[in-house]
Amino acid sequence: MEKRVTFKGWLLPLLLITPQVVVTAVFFFWPAGQAIYQSAFIPDPFGLKSQFVGWGNFQFIFTDPYYLASFKTTAIFSLSVTIVSMGVALWLALMADRIIKGAATYRTLLIWPYAVAPAIAGVLWLFMFNPRIGVVSWYLDKIGYDWNHVLNSNEAMLLVVLASAWSRISYNFLFFLAGLQSIPKSLVEAAAMDGAGFWYRFRTIVFPLLSPTTFFLLVVNIVYAFFETFGVIHTITAGGPQQATNIMVYKVYSDGFVGQDLGSSAAQSVVLLFVVGLLTILQFRYIEKKVHY
Amino acid sequence: MKIKSVLTALIISMGLAGNSYAATEIQWWHAFTGRLGELLDEQVEKFNSSQSDYKVVATHKGNYSETLNSGIAAFRAKEQPHLLMVFEVGTATMMAAKGAIKPVYEVMAEGDAAFDSDAYLGAVKGYYTTPEGQMLSLPYNSSTPVIYVNRDAFTAAGVDPDTDISTWESLDGVLGKLKEGGSECPLVTAWQSWVHLENLSAYHNVAFASKDNGFAALDTELAFNSELQVKHLDAMSQWAKDGKFIYTGRRNEGGANFRAGDCALMTESSAGYAGVKKEAQFEFDIRPLPYWKSAEGAPQNTIIGGSSLWVMSGHESEEYKGVAELLSFLSTSDIQAKWHQDTGYLPITMAAYEQTKAEGFYEKNPGTDIAIIQMTGKAPTGNSKGLRLGSFDQIRGLIDEELEGIWSGDKTAQEAMDSAVERGNKLLRRFEQANR
Repeated sequence: MEKRVTFKGWLLPLLLITPQVVVTAVFFFWPAGQAIYQSAFIPDPFGLKSQFVGWGNFQFIFTDPYYLASFKTTAIFSLSVTIVSMGVALWLALMADRIIKGAATYRTLLIWPYAVAPAIAGVLWLFMFNPRIGVVSWYLDKIGYDWNHVLNSNEAMLLVVLASAWSRISYNFLFFLAGLQSIPKSLVEAAAMDGAGFWYRFRTIVFPLLSPTTFFLLVVNIVYAFFETFGVIHTITAGGPQQATNIMVYKVYSDGFVGQDLGSSAAQSVVLLFVVGLLTILQFRYIEKKVHY
Repeated sequence: MKIKSVLTALIISMGLAGNSYAATEIQWWHAFTGRLGELLDEQVEKFNSSQSDYKVVATHKGNYSETLNSGIAAFRAKEQPHLLMVFEVGTATMMAAKGAIKPVYEVMAEGDAAFDSDAYLGAVKGYYTTPEGQMLSLPYNSSTPVIYVNRDAFTAAGVDPDTDISTWESLDGVLGKLKEGGSECPLVTAWQSWVHLENLSAYHNVAFASKDNGFAALDTELAFNSELQVKHLDAMSQWAKDGKFIYTGRRNEGGANFRAGDCALMTESSAGYAGVKKEAQFEFDIRPLPYWKSAEGAPQNTIIGGSSLWVMSGHESEEYKGVAELLSFLSTSDIQAKWHQDTGYLPITMAAYEQTKAEGFYEKNPGTDIAIIQMTGKAPTGNSKGLRLGSFDQIRGLIDEELEGIWSGDKTAQEAMDSAVERGNKLLRRFEQANR
């Protein structure tokens, strides 16, 4: 049976939820409302005058093939970042969980990249892969591969995915490791005594028991890939070449704050709002059902 | 005890410092770092020590786009600076913002400052004046593209460094010889859209956009998908395929390759001179930008790139007086001649040009007057006065994208330019709608 705490009267409960409601209103409802309102206008950059256009901004963005392409770009980018960062983190966590000697050192070292800001991470990777002075591109050149992410769309995508995933691995690692350590050792040991190998144990016991962590990370990572990777994209490719790495959130920025087209930018952020909302609903409705708590 | 006395001393000295700044402050936001930033600070320092009524405070706000954006954001928050540096690409945006700016001719008239708009170079001034000839912003740094030659690289590839490269036709052969002679990077460029489309069009007296490149009206349409531009880009795309033209990026990334001695030729702004002179460990010279001999009337004149200073509205008249004084100080020929000689930017007044000539600077530094000759050689036409297009920063961005499509072989020059024109026109229509 569920336990319910009940309050007498209205005042105290209201008072208790007020801070949360205020924070949500100020930092979410108000800006979101502003975005929806502004998406119906084409203002001039200085805010001196604006023209009401109704659905005009949405019509404009949905007839722009590059905007439609940015949906695909965002999907590929977010999925790749999520899979790479979670995959590597899980593997590292599994390994770190088995280590007995020097475990603390390994863990500390693995957590370090999390302290690096996305923009700095972007610059680090950019230096390594710079077609002219980069260390990695120099070695690639030695083995006969001509690396040039400035012109090659696939290489550019690969680079931003690597850079974004790299700085995220630590975060995921932390959660996976904590998740692994909370799995009762007795379960695993019992399976081992019954003759189950490492991978069999992982597949049938560890991974299912880890699913709440995995689900949480899935949501958090997709949100990360959607929004926080801005710094990486900005420093490495600025959305290029030919908009091959122009994810939706970067396009909102570049159209609005570089191009000064605030109407289109507002319409794009409204679309983004819906996409992320939809994604979260989907995740909670369908994937959460398969999660064992 | 000790801390207390230090604090007291600090507070007293702060109070004193505050008192001594009775002068009116003038805020100037700019986009210069490095050597250019130092030279700008030097000018400010000189102005501040030349009088005691005004104190100019120069603040770096990021690159050109970022500076414009901070100016716009500040205006919305009613905290705009007095002077804002805006690159030539943002000119149409500023001109359309009638309530946000105070035209320079007005500031000068009200401030009783020495100002004769005829003293400025026509080709520079034209970019920032109304059709009636009223100057809206003060030209600050202006340059035009030229071609830099690495003489040592020519010799190494067995090509005579003095060989003729005045036309693209002759350059075509030279690039082939350089490649055969073992050059890994015969040609590199900076600012591809500015050099190989915007200036190319003006230099051959071909429209970049209709309605005099947007000078005449807001309902201008892009026109750079015509025969000449496509022919030029076709040639460049062939060079890119043959490894004769190396693409390095949208801005001036190629400058690093050239200065390191990797490349034989580079098309770059005349303002790249300071950097090349400082870093190049090889013999180099500067030549006029090549043109297509087959095109009728070429070469016309090239157009400028760079920035101008816009006065923002909403300040006290006393402060505008100070701004007027600063602007006329910046236009004096001593300041301008020094700026021109230090940076490779054009002198903005005729007097500064004459002064530099009289000082013998051009004889000592051959090639430094090519930019100004190239710009002022012929009276500008409707196609070569400059460009005045809304959302131009964005349009340049999409031109860059389409050009990258050509260099990587994804698109033909015609396809890419047709697409750029179509996409750009949509942005122009939106700009027109926002500024009706």
